[in-house]
Amino acid sequence: MDDLLPLLVAVPLLGAALLVAGGRLVPRPVAETVGCAVAATTAALALVLLLNSSPPFLEWAGGWTPVNGRSVGIVLIGDGPGLGMAALASLLTLAALAYSWHYFDEPPSGHAGSFPALLLLFQGGMCGFAIAGDLFNAFVWFELMGVAAYALTGHRVEEARAVQGALTFAVVTSLGAYALLMGIGLLYARTGELGMHAIGRGLDAHGRPDALVLAAFVLVMTGLLVKAAAVPFHFWLPDAHAVAPTPVCMLLSGVMVELGTFGVWRVYGTVFAGPGGVPAPEFERTLVTLGALAAVIGAVMCWYQRHIKRLLAYSTVAHTGLFLIGVGVLKPEADDGIALYLLGHAGVKAALFACAGILLDRYGSVDEHALHGRARELKGVAVLFTLGGLGLAGLPPFGTALGKSVTEEAVGGPLTVLYVAASAVTAAAVLRVAGRVFLGLGPKPADGTGSGYETTGSGERPETRHRLSRIPDTMTAVPAVLVAGSLAVGVVPGFAKVVAHSVNETGSAGVAASAHWTPAGVLLGLLSTLLAGVLALLAVTRPKTFAAPDRALWLRRLQSGHVGDYVAWVLVGATVLGALTLPGLLGG
Amino acid sequence: MGVLPYLVAGWVFLTGCYGLATSRNLIHAVGCLSVCQAGTYVLLLAVGYRHDATAPVFSDLKPGSRPVVDPLVQALTLTDVVVGATVTALLLALVVQISKRHGTVDPDELSELRG
Repeated sequence: MDDLLPLLVAVPLLGAALLVAGGRLVPRPVAETVGCAVAATTAALALVLLLNSSPPFLEWAGGWTPVNGRSVGIVLIGDGPGLGMAALASLLTLAALAYSWHYFDEPPSGHAGSFPALLLLFQGGMCGFAIAGDLFNAFVWFELMGVAAYALTGHRVEEARAVQGALTFAVVTSLGAYALLMGIGLLYARTGELGMHAIGRGLDAHGRPDALVLAAFVLVMTGLLVKAAAVPFHFWLPDAHAVAPTPVCMLLSGVMVELGTFGVWRVYGTVFAGPGGVPAPEFERTLVTLGALAAVIGAVMCWYQRHIKRLLAYSTVAHTGLFLIGVGVLKPEADDGIALYLLGHAGVKAALFACAGILLDRYGSVDEHALHGRARELKGVAVLFTLGGLGLAGLPPFGTALGKSVTEEAVGGPLTVLYVAASAVTAAAVLRVAGRVFLGLGPKPADGTGSGYETTGSGERPETRHRLSRIPDTMTAVPAVLVAGSLAVGVVPGFAKVVAHSVNETGSAGVAASAHWTPAGVLLGLLSTLLAGVLALLAVTRPKTFAAPDRALWLRRLQSGHVGDYVAWVLVGATVLGALTLPGLLGG
Repeated sequence: MGVLPYLVAGWVFLTGCYGLATSRNLIHAVGCLSVCQAGTYVLLLAVGYRHDATAPVFSDLKPGSRPVVDPLVQALTLTDVVVGATVTALLLALVVQISKRHGTVDPDELSELRG
């Protein structure tokens, strides 16, 4: 069974190569069927491996096994969390391919295979990153999924906004990747190893952490946090998500950003958690600070958006902040909670993006103000969008609610308030959009740009060849299935237990914890849903008081769309990381 | 070999970052990103360097007869170069499209996405 592990990467890459080579010879339906089949095969493979992943698989690619405990080979680790992320990435890729089935318009005619091929390449990169057992390969997969994502973001090359967003995304994330590589180089210099576990052992053998370990930690975390879009590394995310084609947004927000969080968890747990690494209080302080910042800024910026896809992108920033806090507190219960939260969030967020895509293709706009009351006819989409908003708030029995309640119980205290507030505000923004766009509630907002300093989302080109007069079944079925999946995470009996078991088996220092519904968790979930509903209602009925965009103008000005500013913020973020981690290394 | 190569690597990396942050031309910015990456090449090669060692090519060398520099980091650098070539090519293609659609390659004049 171990030998099947590399196929998780090889199958999508081969499929992509096949589609690029043969894509121009076959008609579009054939290319798309091949794409779906390859993505589905990989997903099935990931699920089969996942079900058999206890004990975890270990595969030395090409038979380069360690000699005398040292190794130069490539190691793949197939444990529960890694295979779970690979399965999630594969399933979402399948959903994205199904969503774009026949209707997604691709500019270069005669290249029917190019879009599915890029998606498969993206899938291969994500699967590779999820199962990489050594840091250098993690970097390579990081860049592969990055390059595929840049190309997909700028896929509609005729769009001025799309190419700008893709370039910003590419420059900032690649810079993060090079910082990651610098860190890997330093770790190799110290330990002579590249395998994550081997580096961890090497650091511990060397004794107490010093400046080199600190520098390596800061550089590696910078790279991963850029991908995870933690504040202040997050600026690329709204720009990229607002312009990427909808199926790509589903993948970017649903799983790629979360892979950054997964990377932080995996790298800290294997490399820096020992006595030779970064002490736990320092790591906790760093991640909880950055996570709380991301949760607050993401939620505030989400609230003040009128561009629906940008609004959803900021809600991803807020939720990433919540994930990082959960990873940062280093408790097995929090790890379980975050795993469940992440699964539930992926389904809900991808479904919301899918609904936003329907609006874009039907009305040629994703501007909340311009669409006021225009989508009354789309009853089914309205239900799905509202359900997505409720799922984001953490309404039991959604998977998000289960994950959030388990995490809240583990983090405790004021951080629980942050979890409730951030999820309530982002969900309120989504429900506000639902109320205005699908129900036409409240006074019609003025169409003009208030402060002039915002991205409105009107005048976007639909992604389909023409504006849709009828919504194709695939475009509504996909979000329905995704919402159902998010519900299933919370409802299916025993699922939470299995997730908790597989997370704790490999991470969390082997301490087993259980994840289940508690009365307090259910009440907190209901509370944040109630808060979200009240906030949304107030915003719809009194737009002047509650949704005036000028309130957060100073915060909005930071999001300048200028790639140089974003690079400067990455450097600031790296400095902050260093400053937050430094005291522990000086003190002891 | 001392600390000098590491300082050079850091200096090159930060120079690239400075160029990126202050760039007035996107082609220049893509170049600066490559400069950042050159910092990683210097670092990796410095990590593998040994005094009085030769290249790790064993066609005319008996293994174990004399020290060689670390071939692993050279392989890493080579991979890194390939990754860099891909990224640079894609970025330059995007810059061409930006120039066509926006009519400028000055990042200060791109104002479609903000707030």
